[in-house]
Amino acid sequence: MSSQDIPEENLPAEQDHAHGAVGIADEENPFADPGLPPHEHRIQDVDERAARRSERMVALLFTVSMLATIAFIVAYLVIPNDKSIFVFPIGHLSAMNFTLGITLGVALFCIGAGAVHWARTLMSDVEVADDRHPIEASPEVRAKVHADFREGAKESALGRRKLIRNTMFGALALVPLSGVMLLGGLGPAPGTKLRHTMWTKGKRLVNMNTNEPLRPEDVAVGSLTFAMPDGLEEHDEEFQTEIAKAALMIVRLQPDNIKDKRELDWSHQGIVAFSKICTHVGCPISLYEQQTHHVLCPCHQSTFDLSDGARVIFGPAGHALPQLRIGVDSEGYLQALGDFEEPVGPAFWERG
Amino acid sequence: MSTSENETSRSRGKAPAGERIADWADGRLGIYSLAKANMRKIFPDHWSFMLGEVCMYSFIIIILTGVYLTLFFHPSMNEVEYHGSYVPLQGQLMSEAFSSTLHISFDVRGGLLIRQIHHWAALIFLAGMFVHMMRVFFTGAFRKPREINWLFGFLLFVLGMFTGFTGYSLPDDLLSGTGVRFMEGAILSVPIIGTYLSFFLFGGEFPGHDFVARFYSIHILLLPGIMLGLMVAHLILVFYHKHTQFAGPGKSEKNVVGMPLLPVYMAKAGGFFFLVFGVIAAIAAVAQINPIWAMGPYRPDQVSTGAQPDWYMGFAEGLIRFMPGWEINFWGHTLVLGVFIPLVLFPLVLAVIAVYPFIESWVTGDKREHHILDRPRNAPTRTAFGVAWVTIYMITLVGGGNDLWATHFHLSINAVTWFVRIFFFAGPVIAFILTKRICLGLQRRDHDKVLHGRETGIIKRLPHGEFIEVHEPLSQEQLHTLTAHHQYEPAEIGPTVDENGVERKVPASEKLRAKLSNAYYGEDSQIPKPTVEEYKEITSGHGHH
Amino acid sequence: MKKLSARRRHPLAAVVVLLLALAATGGLYAAFAPAGKAQADETSQSLTIKEGKKLYQVGCASCHGTGGQGSSDGPSLVGVGAAAVDFQVGTGRMPAATSQGAQVPRKKIIYTQAQIDQLAAYVASLGAGPSVPTKQQYGPEGADIAKGGELFRTNCAQCHNFTGKGGALTKGKYAPSLEGVAPKHIYEAMQTGPQNMPSFPDTTMSEKNKKDIIAYLNAVDGSKTENPGGLELGGLGPVSEGLFAWIFGLGALIAVAVWVAARTAKAKKS
Repeated sequence: MSSQDIPEENLPAEQDHAHGAVGIADEENPFADPGLPPHEHRIQDVDERAARRSERMVALLFTVSMLATIAFIVAYLVIPNDKSIFVFPIGHLSAMNFTLGITLGVALFCIGAGAVHWARTLMSDVEVADDRHPIEASPEVRAKVHADFREGAKESALGRRKLIRNTMFGALALVPLSGVMLLGGLGPAPGTKLRHTMWTKGKRLVNMNTNEPLRPEDVAVGSLTFAMPDGLEEHDEEFQTEIAKAALMIVRLQPDNIKDKRELDWSHQGIVAFSKICTHVGCPISLYEQQTHHVLCPCHQSTFDLSDGARVIFGPAGHALPQLRIGVDSEGYLQALGDFEEPVGPAFWERG
Repeated sequence: MSTSENETSRSRGKAPAGERIADWADGRLGIYSLAKANMRKIFPDHWSFMLGEVCMYSFIIIILTGVYLTLFFHPSMNEVEYHGSYVPLQGQLMSEAFSSTLHISFDVRGGLLIRQIHHWAALIFLAGMFVHMMRVFFTGAFRKPREINWLFGFLLFVLGMFTGFTGYSLPDDLLSGTGVRFMEGAILSVPIIGTYLSFFLFGGEFPGHDFVARFYSIHILLLPGIMLGLMVAHLILVFYHKHTQFAGPGKSEKNVVGMPLLPVYMAKAGGFFFLVFGVIAAIAAVAQINPIWAMGPYRPDQVSTGAQPDWYMGFAEGLIRFMPGWEINFWGHTLVLGVFIPLVLFPLVLAVIAVYPFIESWVTGDKREHHILDRPRNAPTRTAFGVAWVTIYMITLVGGGNDLWATHFHLSINAVTWFVRIFFFAGPVIAFILTKRICLGLQRRDHDKVLHGRETGIIKRLPHGEFIEVHEPLSQEQLHTLTAHHQYEPAEIGPTVDENGVERKVPASEKLRAKLSNAYYGEDSQIPKPTVEEYKEITSGHGHH
Repeated sequence: MKKLSARRRHPLAAVVVLLLALAATGGLYAAFAPAGKAQADETSQSLTIKEGKKLYQVGCASCHGTGGQGSSDGPSLVGVGAAAVDFQVGTGRMPAATSQGAQVPRKKIIYTQAQIDQLAAYVASLGAGPSVPTKQQYGPEGADIAKGGELFRTNCAQCHNFTGKGGALTKGKYAPSLEGVAPKHIYEAMQTGPQNMPSFPDTTMSEKNKKDIIAYLNAVDGSKTENPGGLELGGLGPVSEGLFAWIFGLGALIAVAVWVAARTAKAKKS
């Protein structure tokens, strides 16, 4: 496998032609490679006392590691799990976490430091050059492999018996489909689930803080309230899934401040109910600025103007927050006058 | 005859146990031929060659601590009422996943430490891979024969990102849940199949009851399994190719200079594992990470400001934050460009750096093996491209934390977002031009140093009153090191007529290649290195100026 | 100072205790508050209002108008109540600088608590509004910390972060950090909704709710709060953690790598 057999272009990159042979100081060529510099001795190589110092240092590091491991075991056994200590400048922290971490860290670090110190000061530091060999096989090997392959392929008669070949490829191509089909069990088809929420006509708006239905007079101008549909309980099996769509943000504006006509129509005495779920990717959006009537999403900073139909005024959201049409029922409680007219939350292909 | 028999039996009986075990193993595994090639394998010494080791060791630490965590973690979204030792959450409803993570943090002895080591090691693993990848990129270590290993490394980085993301989502806390919600929104934006993908991933509507269990098997089995395989392959290739080295006296394309694996590298690399583990354990002892108890259990109607993913997903977060809200409605369908474009850009930004080696080798047309590393200045176009890529990455990372930039530097969040929008395009261009100029400047300095020697800082007054600075000529080692790099000639379009004199159509790809090659190696893109003749003319003439 | 303010506050506290009794008997507390005040020791009360008016004319009237009716430089103070004054002046936000940025920041308090009480009494006399809460309302006794946490995450965390470290709003505005803010001021802020913060009146967030929230904040963001894992890193989540991992994690490991790979010192040639 001599290097002459390999096509020129695949050889290791030749260094510049101006460079002479390795290791020869060349009068003609000042840039030639002078070869590896002579090895210089370390202090430890020439001074046995220094070497012994290094040895003691390495041993000391290993010993510290042993002590740290013992400290770790003791700490694990004696420190109460809920004990809190004050460590300057970190602050109050768990005594257990701190002690175990530090002892483990020291025990490990000292093993490493010992080994490296040993390697650096006591093991040979003579630099050695090792030859590289081209990765590619020689032309003979290449030819042999190709010939072998051709012979094998010929014996299989795969090329000649096309019927076998085609049906085999067909079978192999189809069989993974069973696996793909099985993945169908991962979830139900979306259907219209993303279009509907728990809100229906007549459902009361329940204050999420007090769990009581809201009355219009409870909601002051400049205040912020969150509501969920009556009948939804935190213990419900599907609470998370339902609240992910039904969460409401309720604010009260002066009716003359509402610029959007539909928003005014769907409000009750200036009380407006918007979906709390951002139309961008679904974060609960609720950073309401009561003076500007803007709400900001804390995740991606989409900004909506609640006084103007919750129109997007900044950021990556593509459309306004859906508004829930509200009114009051016969007992004077705020109620929904139907479901949201459009899907809440992030947009999707079928949304339209 | 009897003596020789005696000898064999004696030697057998008295051979050291280790030797006998090795003999036994060799008879079955053939380890001696493996050891012959590898035991005294040479590794060059340079701190930047150890970045890959940082990654490998933090990966091992992650696996060790991760196995421990699985002993206590319950990957279930069943709702439970919390009654553990953390008071501010007592009586709260939460998933079993969240409550078991609280249990690990507060009730398992040392559990918090292992959780923190696991998470810190993950952040360092990804950071290490990023820096390692940049080291390989800027020194041109990805060139033949290492392109496949570059891809393996790149895949490890990408898979590491997703393993991290799925792991970070497991505790089902309010912050990670917000991240999962973001992912759901991003999947929904995929045209045509988005809703189906989302319903299949979450087992129905978000959040459902399945995603923790599904992410769990992805996080602890599927992705790390693939990564482990890739990492072993990556290492085997490093051994097989032998390590690259920087140019210097005695170092050539045909050798590798350094210290042998046994004993020096065994001790250094083995020791380094303990050093890495020790440092990460100490960090986990003093710095808190992902305090899920402070964030509370996930509820889709709750959120906190400053909702960011771990740093390695930060650039994806940035892409989605600065994107304008474009949305197109047509024929009853919605194309959510505001989310879908960032979703496409995310793999695209990564892919650009991954395919770069193939583009460069196509431009140079160089099919030789390269084992001597480039100094970044000697490949100005590549270096400038790399810096431009890092600039895009960093700018989107800034975008991912735009709210914290706003609060901590007293800026407007809208201004920060606009800055990111503009500099996503302008930043890389500026970075490219600047870097190329700096590289050429450094090349020019090397050129002068070779020809005129090193500036000593000693000022000498000549008899006729002129002041000159004494330049000390470089040693041959230095001269060699500074001139060892190869300089390509810009490729030219081949003859436009073939051997029969018939005009041939020059393919567009060939024209493009010539153009790119000119941009890479034309007059404006590299300073010709000094020739022997130039050097001799200057040094022999004594007419030093 | 402290004694003085405590003595001065004492009669007012008694009034509110009286008010609580009234509320318990079924009266609407907010509606009765100003009336209750008027019924209290009239001479001392009117003296306080008089003192407050003097302070108001000097320090506030230029922006809020001589009668608290407001002007182009400052909103009307009619009906904001004593709680708003106690919060705004007690946290140093008022009086504001003439040219503030996006919002008025918390700064050094320039009035004594006694003077603030006088100002509050005067402003409260302009129109009915929430009064300064009592220790019973914001104190930790009987609070449900866990419930407070849930309420905090529903109502507050979106702007103020999980543990009240603050966050960004639009156009340079921000939700301030709640670290070291007096429980009384937190209560007042929820009740009155200063600047761009929405209010959380008792009708939608009960007194008990507010008490729970304050107790939760004290538990997770107080001076004695334990961070079991160590350094809190600002409590800002993954951004500061990532920065820490890069600088101290990877930084330390690179420093170690430099040491591992460096040449050992050579013996000097003599």
